[in-house]
This record gives sequence, C-alpha cells and structure tokens, in this order.
Amino acid sequence: MKKITQLFGFALLLTATLVVLSILGLILFDIVLKGAPVFNWKFLTHFPQKGMTEGGIFPAIFGTTLVTLISTVFAMPLGIGCAVYLNEYAPDNKFTRLIRASVRNLAGVPSIVYGLFGLSIFIQGMGIPPSLLTAGCTLGLLTLPFIIATTEEALRNVPRLTREGALALGATRWECVYSVVLPSAVPGILTGLILALSRAAGETAPILFTGVALYTRYLPASPLDEFMALPYHLYILSTQHHAIEQVRPLAYATAMTLLLVVFLLNFTAFRIRATYKR
Amino acid sequence: MNRRFFWDRFFEKALYGAAWVSVMTLAGIFLLLLYNGAQTFISIAPGDFFSFSRWNPAAYDQPTFGIGAMLVSTLLVTAGAMCITIPLGIGTAAFLSEMASPRLRNVLKPAVEMLAAVPSVVIGFLGIVLVAPALAAAFDLPNGLNALNGAILLGIMALPTMVSVTEDAIHAVPGHYKEASYALGANRWETLVHVTLPACKSGILAATMLALGRALGETMTVLMATGNATSLPHGIFDPVRTITATVAIEMGEVPFDTPHFFSLFACALVLFLITLAVNILAERMAARFRKKGQ
Repeated sequence: MKKITQLFGFALLLTATLVVLSILGLILFDIVLKGAPVFNWKFLTHFPQKGMTEGGIFPAIFGTTLVTLISTVFAMPLGIGCAVYLNEYAPDNKFTRLIRASVRNLAGVPSIVYGLFGLSIFIQGMGIPPSLLTAGCTLGLLTLPFIIATTEEALRNVPRLTREGALALGATRWECVYSVVLPSAVPGILTGLILALSRAAGETAPILFTGVALYTRYLPASPLDEFMALPYHLYILSTQHHAIEQVRPLAYATAMTLLLVVFLLNFTAFRIRATYKR
Repeated sequence: MNRRFFWDRFFEKALYGAAWVSVMTLAGIFLLLLYNGAQTFISIAPGDFFSFSRWNPAAYDQPTFGIGAMLVSTLLVTAGAMCITIPLGIGTAAFLSEMASPRLRNVLKPAVEMLAAVPSVVIGFLGIVLVAPALAAAFDLPNGLNALNGAILLGIMALPTMVSVTEDAIHAVPGHYKEASYALGANRWETLVHVTLPACKSGILAATMLALGRALGETMTVLMATGNATSLPHGIFDPVRTITATVAIEMGEVPFDTPHFFSLFACALVLFLITLAVNILAERMAARFRKKGQ
C-alpha cells in the first residue's frame, strides 16, 4: 500500500514537471514552426513596407540593440558600484540594511511603474524628448537591482584569502578591490550583465511612453531620436494593426527573432558561467 | 603615497553614492506616484475613485473614475494564475530536488530558466494565437480573450519564480530531518509530504508571494490576452482590464497634467503599494526559511 501511494505521488510530481516542460516545448515549437517560413535574411535586413504588411524588421532590431546597450551603459557602473560597496565596504548598520531592502523591493516593482517613473523624471522633469536615451535610462533602472544581485553573488564567491593577501602586501582597500577582487569576479559579473541585457531587450511596458515609436521612416541618428523596438513591434503587429490576420506570419517571425535574441544572450551567459565554474 | 590614499577615499565615496541610487530610485518612484496621484483628488472625490462606478475618464461631459472593476479584474486574473502556478511549481520543485538525478537536474533547471527568459509580449502573443482559439473552442465562446486566458498566461510566467524559490526552500531543510524520518521507517514520498514540505512551509509561502507579485505587476501579457473590457467581471470567462493594462493603454494618449493623467498615476500608486506589501511579506517569509536552513 505504501509503495502504491509513493508510486502514485511520484507520478504526480513527474506529471507536473512534464507539463512545465511541454509548455516550454509548445512555445518554442509553435513559434519556430510558423515563424521560420518568413524568417530570412531579407526579413532581418529590410524596413517594413506597405503599412507593415510586407518587408522586414531591421529598424526594430537596430532600435532594440541600441536601447539595450544604452540601458547597460547607464546601469552597469551604478549596479557594479552598489554591489562592490555592499560586499566590500558596507558596515552592518541601519543604512546598509535600508540599501539592501531597497534593492530587493526595486526588483519587485512592476515594469509599467518604471515606465511612469521614466516618463515623469526624464521626460516631464528633465525635459528630454521621448527617445532612445530616456527609454534606455528607464530600462537601465529596471535592470539595476538585477545587476546588483548577480554582481554581489560573484563578489561573494571570491575567497577572503585573496583579499587578505592583497591587503597584507600594502594595497589600499580600493587597490585591493580594483586589481584583485574585481578581476576574479569578472565572469560572474559578465554573466549578470548579459542576463540584464536579455531582460532589457524583451521588456515593452517601460518603453511604451518613454520613446518607442510605432514606425520610423529612418533609423535613429542620435540618442535623442525615437526608435522602433522588437517587442513593441510584435505588440503592434499582433493587436494594433489594421490587418491583423494578414500580418500574422510577420508577427510570428518577429516573435521568433525576439526569442532568438533573448535565448542567444542567455546561452552566452550560461556558457560563461559553466566555463568558469570549474 | 598621498595620491593612492586620495583615490582610495575617492572611490569609497563614489561607491557609497552608487549604493544610494537604489534607495533614491525606490523613494523617487513612490514620491512621484504620490505627488502625481494625489492631484487626482483635487478634482475627483476619493469616494468616487475607490468605487465601482464605471472607468470612463475620457467622457466628454461627465467623466467617471472608478478603480473598483479594475482592482477586481486584477485580483481575479492573479488568483486564477496562482491556482495554476502553485501546484505545478511545487510539483516541479519537488521533482527536481527529490527525484531527479543530478544529470537530469542539470538539463531541467536551464529549461525552467529558459521559460523565465521568454519575454512577456511573446507570451501575450501566444495567448492570442494559441490559448484564445483553444478556449473559444473548448467553452463555446465568441473569442477566448478573457480573464481565464490571462490567468493561464500569468500562471506560466510566474512558474519559474515559484519553482526556483520553492526548490531553494526544499534545499534549506536540514538533512537530519529527512534522515530521522527514514529511520522511523517512512519512505521517500511520506518523508516529502509529512516532513520536508511542512518544514519549508515559510519558503513555499515566500515563493507564492514572489510569484504573486510577479503576476500582479505583469502588463503586456494581460493587455494582449484579456479582452480589455472596463466593466465589472462576473466570472472567469468575462473579458477584463487590469490596472496595469489600463495604465499602458491610456497613458500614451492623455495630455499631461489633466485629471485623467493624474488618475492613472493614482492607479499605478495603488498597484505599487499592493506589490510592495506582497514583496515585503515575501521577504519576511524568505528570511524565516533561510534562518531555519542554517
């Protein structure tokens, strides 16, 4: 009897796992199956044509690349700086606990709220026009808690003896951090940054009111120009377009491109982590 | 020598400054939502805002701002999502930590992480092209864009959080709990159900809270898949419009500094406070299970 219950229970757990896996499988299968026929070199390198019913998604790929790069340039020094402070300098006091609590709670703030914050700070407050810059900074704030968490983990894995060795040789605290601790934490930090890039590339809600455009005739020429983005393009093609059924294949191919970008970034991060774990 | 100590001091201060950016961002988000949101109540009575009157802020003669229906919609979709995420998440986490061989785990864990990496618009898109037709056919509906569709999608999106935090909680259960259980003659299943899972109750609760926070704040998925009707839903098959979707749809079109503009910030403030409360609760629970693990 006990054995039968156990068998039944384990079968239940196995089912749950299989359901989760088949969801992932279904997502990948459906999108690749229906996206692949349209997904080709021309699709990736051309502008949308005839009211987005034909042509490609090049400006969206270009815009997403730029906006995620801007977000990382903005968030990287702040995030790494914060993590280094928390792990290497911070005394255990009220302020440190406040900083840690803020980081944790920032990670739980809904992405649309970041969008509103970016709108009122960068656009309303500082008077910057909705553009790559404002959207990039908004996305940067969103990925900040993420970069802090992964960098801190990387720093924690650096053995204490390494630090003590440097300090014993007469290095100042900063010299120890800069020339000993940070170099050995680079793979971990890099993994976190790439994952943050992938997160920023897929987000739509924060850029809705901070600079993304339905369609631009030219590529953005400066950080103060509006831009097209892959996730927003997918949203437009699947809900806002005047001929939704007609553009469905294009929507599938856009979804496939977005998934490809995100998975490639994740895979790179995964490889870096796997290589340096040994 | 002096220069070295100058740079040492300089970077200590600079890093300290970087650390405060997160505090300032969180405080800035709260204060801006409060500042803009509070101005709603210059022209709209709080009793009218927190009511079930129709959400019709763009009406020409008599705009009405009732957040009630949106709040109910948000809770309905999220509750539905939790019904899917909790059992599937606990089941998968238990499988990963108690049954799977290390080699299998090394394959399955990245798969779960891969699910977490799928962008929310892609999930929303699949809600339109896959889930909606399936629901329409199964329940004989005109279209499948409704609360149930949103619940299914959010349930999927919250799964990775649920699985990984629950798994961490299971790992934090001290090994001698299990050994004692085996010594008393319990088999693996009995140990899991009567010893391991009860021992990490607070961890599972923390996972649930974090997953809940994730689902509450999700925007694009619900915007695309729930049908966006502003009326009060009467069931899981009604189209709904959540708080996040409302802000996303309307903020792009309102002129700055109008009652409508401010009311959207008030909506976002309500959402922010709910998710903040949920996250703080999750943090409390997580702190408890981490302490137990040591």
